[in-house]
Amino acid sequence: MTTEEISRIDKIIDKYEGEEGILIQLLLDIQQELNWIPKEVAERISQRLNIPQSQIYRVASFYTAMSLTPRGRHLVSVCMGTACHIRGSPRLLDRITDILKIQPGETSPDRSFTLNTVNCLGCCALGPVMVVDGKYHGKIAPTEAEEVLKNYD
Amino acid sequence: MPRINSPAELEELRKDILSKRDPNRPCITLCSGTACHASGSEEVAASIEEEIKKQGLSAEVDFRKTGCHGFCEKGPIIVIHPEKICYLQIEPKDVPEIISQTIKEKKVIERLLYTDPTTNKKVVHEFEIPFYKNQERLVFGSNGKIDPKSIDDYLALGGYSALAKALSQMSPEQVLEEVKKSNLRGRGGGGFPVGRKWEECRNAPGEIKYVIVNADEGDPGAYMDRSLLEGNPHSVLEGLIIGAYAIGSHEGYIYVRQEYPLAVENVDIAIKQAEEYGLLGKNIFGSGFDFTVKVHRGAGAFVSGESSALMTALEGRVGEPRPKYIHTVIKGVWDKPSNLNNVETWATVPLIINKGADWFRGIGTEGSKGTKIFSLVGKVNNTGLVEVPMGMTLREIIFNIGGGIRDGKKFKAVQTGGPSGGVIPEKYIDLPIDFDELAKAGSMMGSGGMIVMDEDTCMVDTARYFLNFLAHESCGKCVPCREGIKQMLNILTDITEGRGEKKDIELLEEVAAMVKDFSLCALGTTAPNPVLSTLKYFQDEYVAHIEQKRCPAYVCKALVSYYIDPEKCQACMICLRQCPVGAISGGKNQIHIIDQAKCTKCNTCFEVCPPRFSAVRRLSGEPVPPPVKDRVLARRKG
Repeated sequence: MTTEEISRIDKIIDKYEGEEGILIQLLLDIQQELNWIPKEVAERISQRLNIPQSQIYRVASFYTAMSLTPRGRHLVSVCMGTACHIRGSPRLLDRITDILKIQPGETSPDRSFTLNTVNCLGCCALGPVMVVDGKYHGKIAPTEAEEVLKNYD
Repeated sequence: MPRINSPAELEELRKDILSKRDPNRPCITLCSGTACHASGSEEVAASIEEEIKKQGLSAEVDFRKTGCHGFCEKGPIIVIHPEKICYLQIEPKDVPEIISQTIKEKKVIERLLYTDPTTNKKVVHEFEIPFYKNQERLVFGSNGKIDPKSIDDYLALGGYSALAKALSQMSPEQVLEEVKKSNLRGRGGGGFPVGRKWEECRNAPGEIKYVIVNADEGDPGAYMDRSLLEGNPHSVLEGLIIGAYAIGSHEGYIYVRQEYPLAVENVDIAIKQAEEYGLLGKNIFGSGFDFTVKVHRGAGAFVSGESSALMTALEGRVGEPRPKYIHTVIKGVWDKPSNLNNVETWATVPLIINKGADWFRGIGTEGSKGTKIFSLVGKVNNTGLVEVPMGMTLREIIFNIGGGIRDGKKFKAVQTGGPSGGVIPEKYIDLPIDFDELAKAGSMMGSGGMIVMDEDTCMVDTARYFLNFLAHESCGKCVPCREGIKQMLNILTDITEGRGEKKDIELLEEVAAMVKDFSLCALGTTAPNPVLSTLKYFQDEYVAHIEQKRCPAYVCKALVSYYIDPEKCQACMICLRQCPVGAISGGKNQIHIIDQAKCTKCNTCFEVCPPRFSAVRRLSGEPVPPPVKDRVLARRKG
């Protein structure tokens, strides 16, 4: 990590210093900042807050919102909730894995896309739903997926 | 902002806010919940702001971005006050006309109104639309009237008056008694009596106690908690503070999923505003009662919505459940007595305090009082959030409010209670919905998800879907849940992929009984429900999959083939061009044929084949006829 990156991480850690029960919140902030949780960051947290690395990895590997590998520039999340499922999200997902040539949980080799499935985005009335970089796309037919993804590179 | 030091000062402030608001002044409200966001409400908002300026109306018209109105199917939604003219599915291009016609000229724009599908008549006002007309929106009703980022909007509607009443006119015991008397039951799943839970927590030994809002809404298909927290965060906060007062707690948590960024944002703002007004912090309303609240973001784990797991997560550790020989109301967060209720439950509390337990008991059924918000989704015409009195029948909800099944299809079942619940078949369509009736029918209330299924939904696939969900979400701590769910999933996958055997049904029932009896937490003990309830009501579908290798709903890919009827194919090339894997051969005047070896069964050809031809057929449980030899299309007349 560069010194600039370390100071960015330190700033986030500073917010939580001296408080109890903050590990999940801290890791979520770091995930948001860096898009993943690198090994060096886990070491840094461990040193500064005196939390065993084993505990950091336990939390980071348990929760789906955290990633221990670098994510792509664009995050594509396909909702697999019940309402989306019965309105055809499995077919939408098939189409997207076809277009991006990666499976859910994977990142494309050029790090352009990471594909994720999520349990429910709470947009059930508009299923099937996909989210690209925080923008929601509702009522997406498999044949429309390519049109949406074309706008990102 | 000045601090409010007493109930009298609250009323003064309220009067002051109201005096600056003219109820007859035109106000445009735009739904800005997450669903409407997805439908483009941000862009609509931008053009409304621009158009108001452009047409020189800034001084005469108010514009408010509100919480979710509930009719998500038809978003973005605009309601124009004071007339309550309701426009649906608005696009930015409609905005200039809305401002010039409806705001300036007071003319209604017909084409933007709701059309009643049965009478084909246009409906002008929101409250006349059948979707809204048949509801009773006690908890959810304010969502569409207030800007969730404005505490003044909440105060203008009488907000925090229940808190003022509780703190100034009632003792904690009286508040507790009122909630007990109301028979309010927890809206998060189990339906446990709220007053009894509060009382146990209040009586638990220890000085420090916690109250917690569970906004980890994990049940796929349910999103009322999201919409409440996003759209009316102060109502949840007010309920929480009242509960804390009754229980004797001075610290609270709001545990909200990070998948709900707008809810996190709005509740953060609400807490700051409440602190500034002195509604949180020290000596609230001069009563001597102190209370603070923190937001904790959940990081994406279904099991963390379970009470003991959620409390472990609040401590910063992996959110896994623990055995509950000692209840969390006795030993919860940091081993202190902790009272957890879900968003909707907390938001109901101020109503009970304001209007009284007797009023609340007048609504609903014998065992389930009040109203309940359901997320009516799936294959129903009017999807969205609906709030109805307990005891309304499924038929009324699905047909009167939901407008029936999409595309004229046939109703098959409704799934309630999320992954812990079950399916309810058509023969129970007149079942009055409350906690006990749903349990009797083999399902449960859960948090209020109501997923409507039609003839195109495969029940075995539905069971497999839920078990797959639960297999991923099982934390793995106890063996019956971790291994049992996996084995049930394996059996179900075999059945849906054509490898099912006759003994499988019995084996499923046996494993289900084991998982149900021996799992550690409710995730495991309720996990067999989707299997058991589909077996109970739709065993014929299981048998069709196992014995005839046939999926009656044409959902299970391994059991379905696509075939182009040579008698009907018009060689239009549409399916051929759209097939993503190039499995269709043919050409102009040449009958199209699907190469069964290449076909991935993506359903595209079936969807794109023009209905007037309907040449693409789905086959299940029968062989695909061999390709025709003479492929030249003899142009048929007509």
